[in-house]
Amino acid sequence: MKILFDRIDEPGLNTLPVYERRGGYQSLRKALLEMTPEEVLSNLMDSGIRGRGGAGFQMGRKISFLPHGDMDKYLVCNADESEPGTFKDRELIQKSPHMLIEGIIIASYAGEISRAFIYIRGEYDRQADILEAAIAEAAAAGYLGERILGSDHSLSLVLHRGAGAYICGEETGLLDSLEGKRGNPRLKPPFPAIEGLYHGPTLINNVETLSTVPHIIRMGGKKYAELGVETSTGTKLVSVSGDVQRPGNYEIELGTPSREIIYGLAGGPQEGREVKFWFPGGSSSPVLTKDDLDLPYDFDTMAKAGTMLGSGAIIVVDDSHTVLEVALKVAKFYAHESCGKCVPCREGTNWTVKMLERIQSGEATPMDLDIMASVCEQIIGNCLCVLGDAMAMPIGSMVAKFRSELEDEIEAARERAEGADLDDVVPIGVADEHAGPFPVH
Amino acid sequence: MTATRRPVPRFGHGSRVPGWDDAVDLTKAPATVPDPATTPVPPGLRETIEAAMAKYPDRRSAAIPALHAAQTVYGWCSPQAIDEVASVMQLTPAYLTAVATFYDMFSTVPKPRNDVYVCTNISCSLLGADEFFEAMLAAAEGDPDVNVRSFECLGACDIAPMASVNGEYVGPLELDDAERIVSDLRAGRAVLEHKQLRYRRCVDPEVAAEETDFGPPDRETTEMTDTAGLGPEGDTEDRPGPTAAIEMTDEQLAAHPEPEAHTDEDTHPAGEGADEARDGGPGEAEDGE
Repeated sequence: MKILFDRIDEPGLNTLPVYERRGGYQSLRKALLEMTPEEVLSNLMDSGIRGRGGAGFQMGRKISFLPHGDMDKYLVCNADESEPGTFKDRELIQKSPHMLIEGIIIASYAGEISRAFIYIRGEYDRQADILEAAIAEAAAAGYLGERILGSDHSLSLVLHRGAGAYICGEETGLLDSLEGKRGNPRLKPPFPAIEGLYHGPTLINNVETLSTVPHIIRMGGKKYAELGVETSTGTKLVSVSGDVQRPGNYEIELGTPSREIIYGLAGGPQEGREVKFWFPGGSSSPVLTKDDLDLPYDFDTMAKAGTMLGSGAIIVVDDSHTVLEVALKVAKFYAHESCGKCVPCREGTNWTVKMLERIQSGEATPMDLDIMASVCEQIIGNCLCVLGDAMAMPIGSMVAKFRSELEDEIEAARERAEGADLDDVVPIGVADEHAGPFPVH
Repeated sequence: MTATRRPVPRFGHGSRVPGWDDAVDLTKAPATVPDPATTPVPPGLRETIEAAMAKYPDRRSAAIPALHAAQTVYGWCSPQAIDEVASVMQLTPAYLTAVATFYDMFSTVPKPRNDVYVCTNISCSLLGADEFFEAMLAAAEGDPDVNVRSFECLGACDIAPMASVNGEYVGPLELDDAERIVSDLRAGRAVLEHKQLRYRRCVDPEVAAEETDFGPPDRETTEMTDTAGLGPEGDTEDRPGPTAAIEMTDEQLAAHPEPEAHTDEDTHPAGEGADEARDGGPGEAEDGE
């Protein structure tokens, strides 16, 4: 069953005539001209659709939290897709931008919102160009602006390009960045639905969630809810990457066995290799091993397995790679992207990197693994946003699940280091580039 | 952030040299909002920034688009560029410098015009991105127009290992492609055209099957169908957004000379000559007049 990816490769789908020929903007007509905002909202509630960006919060409920009445409310589409391993929104924006625009207009109608923004990451330069052209087309055709299609609903839509910061994918960091500041996350509560952009109530949703909205209106919320499994309805785009033969985006019904996605669709690891572990929802999710391949891929099963579906990005690591090299990549990424506002995250991510580097250079003892686990524990839940948690959870799971391999690695690296000339060993915490030309006192 | 950060000076044994974190000259008043009357701004740049400010309820929201525009004109967020943006937006240079240093795509030190971002995050590095990054550095070594840097996940793990060359995504890359990228850039050609993301089709098998409803795909054209809807050549001039060039007349160019070549300020002791309230380094202060 293809909903979002239905004939996605049709040439010219990014232009208005082709999109309209295929029935585009019919859901918008239906919503605006035949339904009240409450009816649209109840359809979204019935559909049970959960946010596709990472947190998996029900979209209908999020809209219902918005206060009513005469005030400036905002809708922000989060297109700052920067979770490592995720590239589904890029394909949607590039190939079918009008689907997203239609979804934004319908969602804004349900939430009685008159100003909308799309925050797209600065690296998606070509995709932003396509989206900008599509917004101009939609505005010229009367789908945006005052009194859309003769209804009472008005909406302005502005595309905002970011400039390269992972933290701006976090909803409050994104709001600060959209306000023209450094992208530092804010304290919650108040949640954005109450006080968000420019202190107004703000609805924030992912590209994929909003792109599904026209289809929910077309099919009816209850019909959409028949897809997938009870608590995870509908279809989901999964981005499969890493050690697989056919990496790419696949649209699956939620609840599909993970093995079918990794082996059936993406072809599994290269001949002669096998899955060692995999991230089910981007690099922020705790890893699963090859024993977990038969788990159904949906929100609740992943949560029960101690991990999360996240953004739907499956990264497969085969047995030719060590746990240490992947852990180091993950930790370095979060250390680089930490905004530095909260101490546990800023220090915890950096020290985790240093401890992993100690293992590599042969200076670690198995006790370091316990320290690392305790650092991870002390990050989780102690910061304004979940960036620190996003490092602590996968690293913690790697230490827990591959402890014996890491202990062997510590031992092997120590033996290597003992054989080496001590003069070559750089002291802990002093990377080469920092050793300056200054004399010792 | 990493690219623009200077290393902290350290002793041979590893401790930081005293004074590395000294504040800038505290007796000097911080730079205030530049006076529009005495800060000339190229008209193209001014219009771009003003158009961006008009799009938001709060003009400050235009900070990132404005810095993108200024970086396009000057090649980097130079003190002069930041002063000009500050004058149009009526913000302090310190505020804009704080914003510019937060984001990876802004550079507060001079950089070559062509950006090659090599993704070295998990999915790409599993497939050899670190080796490619080394090859790319070697291929571009000594070329003053190519800025090679490693980047966090660029959102194209399906073509891993990949790179973004002036915003154009290319992959999957092999080691030989590093030389090709540099030679394509030098020749002004579209970079690695056959590996550009825009020609990649969806891999989902059912999507491919259903496509036959639209008639048999023509082998000649299907392979290179441009799903992005843009021309295959790098037609950056006509496009909106940060890649669009801002045209300047000769007189304007004379009034706004290109910033002087970057002097190697890394060897200066930190703190010396750091200007005003910016956290820009010593070298930038000289360019800022």
